[in-house]
Amino acid sequence: MFQYIIRRIIWSIPVLLALTVAVFFLMHAIPGGPFDFTGDKSIPNSVRENLLAKYHLDEPLWQQYGRFLWDLVQGDLGPSFRYKGRTVNDIIKDTLPISAQLGVLSLALALIIGIPAGVLSALKQNSWIDYGSTFVAVLGLSIPNVVLGPLLIWIFALKLGWLPAALWGSPDRMILPTITLGTALSAGIARLTRASLLQVIREDYIRTAHAKGLRERMVVVRHALRNSLIPVVTILGPLFAAILTGTFVVEQIFGIPGLGKHFVNSVGNRDYPLVMGVTLTYALALVIANLLVDIIYAWLDPRIRYD
Amino acid sequence: MAIVEGTPQQSLVVVRKPRSLFSEAFRQLLRNKLAVISGIFIILLILTAIFADYIAPSGFAEGRLVDNYAQPGVEFPLGADFMGRDVLSRTIYGARVSLSVAIVAATVSLIVGLVYGLIAGFFGGRVDDIMMRIVDFLYGLPILIFVILLQVYFKALDRSGGTGFVGLIVGINDRLGGLFFLFVAIGLLNWLTMARITRGLVLSARQKEFIEAAHAIGSSRFRIIFRHLLPNVLGPCLVQETLQIPGYILLEAFLSFIGLGVDSPTPSWGIMIQEGYQALRSSPHIIFAPAAALTVTVLAFNFLGDGLRDALDPRQRGN
Repeated sequence: MFQYIIRRIIWSIPVLLALTVAVFFLMHAIPGGPFDFTGDKSIPNSVRENLLAKYHLDEPLWQQYGRFLWDLVQGDLGPSFRYKGRTVNDIIKDTLPISAQLGVLSLALALIIGIPAGVLSALKQNSWIDYGSTFVAVLGLSIPNVVLGPLLIWIFALKLGWLPAALWGSPDRMILPTITLGTALSAGIARLTRASLLQVIREDYIRTAHAKGLRERMVVVRHALRNSLIPVVTILGPLFAAILTGTFVVEQIFGIPGLGKHFVNSVGNRDYPLVMGVTLTYALALVIANLLVDIIYAWLDPRIRYD
Repeated sequence: MAIVEGTPQQSLVVVRKPRSLFSEAFRQLLRNKLAVISGIFIILLILTAIFADYIAPSGFAEGRLVDNYAQPGVEFPLGADFMGRDVLSRTIYGARVSLSVAIVAATVSLIVGLVYGLIAGFFGGRVDDIMMRIVDFLYGLPILIFVILLQVYFKALDRSGGTGFVGLIVGINDRLGGLFFLFVAIGLLNWLTMARITRGLVLSARQKEFIEAAHAIGSSRFRIIFRHLLPNVLGPCLVQETLQIPGYILLEAFLSFIGLGVDSPTPSWGIMIQEGYQALRSSPHIIFAPAAALTVTVLAFNFLGDGLRDALDPRQRGN
């Protein structure tokens, strides 16, 4: 197992490198540069040339990429072109914890609501509980974040005034964004848990457990549940990716100062170092998440052996 | 065929018309009420999109600033947005964007994925190995980055114009209100799942006898792939693609929401939700129509896709 982890980590390095190459050259292929201001913010050509030279933007692309790699190895992601005086490291250090909080909370919510709902649905199949929660689940999957967010704000913040509409920090500010992001996730998890448990219940070993006289609860929790969670764990990887993309919209709707905003805006601003830094951060998070998921998967299912 | 048992002298053989897989599945689908309702809704939606010019009370770009944020009333059944444009009309035209994204992205993704999977599955061995490694590699990358990068690239290209071929493409994009590049970006970056599924299906279909027979009578490889493998693989692939459609619609809404989707004034439900969100405090009525339309459309496609999948796969029905 340990060897597997090491191999995975080593294999992910070229993947991340290839990603940086692709993003780097695609970024530079986009017409326009970071200092192309127009109108009353425009700067004289001589100033622009000086700026470009200062940030080595007039050098050949391969050379610039080489610089990027060299700095990266030393842990320096460079300065931000857009936010003068701040380095990319600083920006990420400030915003990543917030986005991570949002993501983790949403995932926790999704698991806490989704799994029990799925289990209940499967155990009481074709009852009103089942139909009801399946319908709610599909509803939750279908209402997009862009709709749910403003809807929740309108109901709970504007009309009822119970919860604050925006920003982050205190627990009551965290409720609405977490619900927005977590709803679709919990719906997906509920559906998957239900389908998986339905299949597991029909297995022979469950029937044996019943025949041996085990109490229902014992059968479900000790035997059925553990096995039915396996498919859920397998989708945790892509789920994590979905959380990441979900945070963009949720952060924008609720004005949360997270990493997502930079992700979207930095490309438009041609803030090359920030683009690279944010991309790397997200990719790294995905790699780590996928690795963790695979480890949990192996722990859950003894039949899996990564050799 | 049903065989009615009886004594050997009396046994009858009742012959029913042979039913193909598709008509069986279709009948099964019809029994799923939610799927049927969703299917009808989608058909109506398509008709609305096609005949939008005749149904909508006004054009999607017409508006007088003096009408801005008008309340729902006689003149504007669902109110007017921040530029005085009729919300009802824009919502109706918005159906065009969502539906065309769904269809084009699904088609592009289906074709690319199918061909890729067919080739990988058919040739197997080394070719398959390499092709699937590429898919695995691409799978691990955050796709959204590239969608955003591509969109920004296309928009910058749009602005800077261009000559020759590039200019032609940009022109097409302008005519379509900024949709063309969006289709390309979404469709191109979503073919991976389809490729994987197709390859799996091809790998198992390859073992069947009729493929061996086709080889034996000397069919060319091309013929085997497209005349024999493809029809067998197409069914589940179509269902899978239908299941991806809600994702495409949501992706377009999301991109339009953050400003990387269609160009103004093309009405997309995503853009309308963004505009409505900004006016949420003062004029909440703007956001309702596009939000409801988007949600119901995605819901309908979800139910329809689920119904299709259940109809074609007996194991999924829980009994």
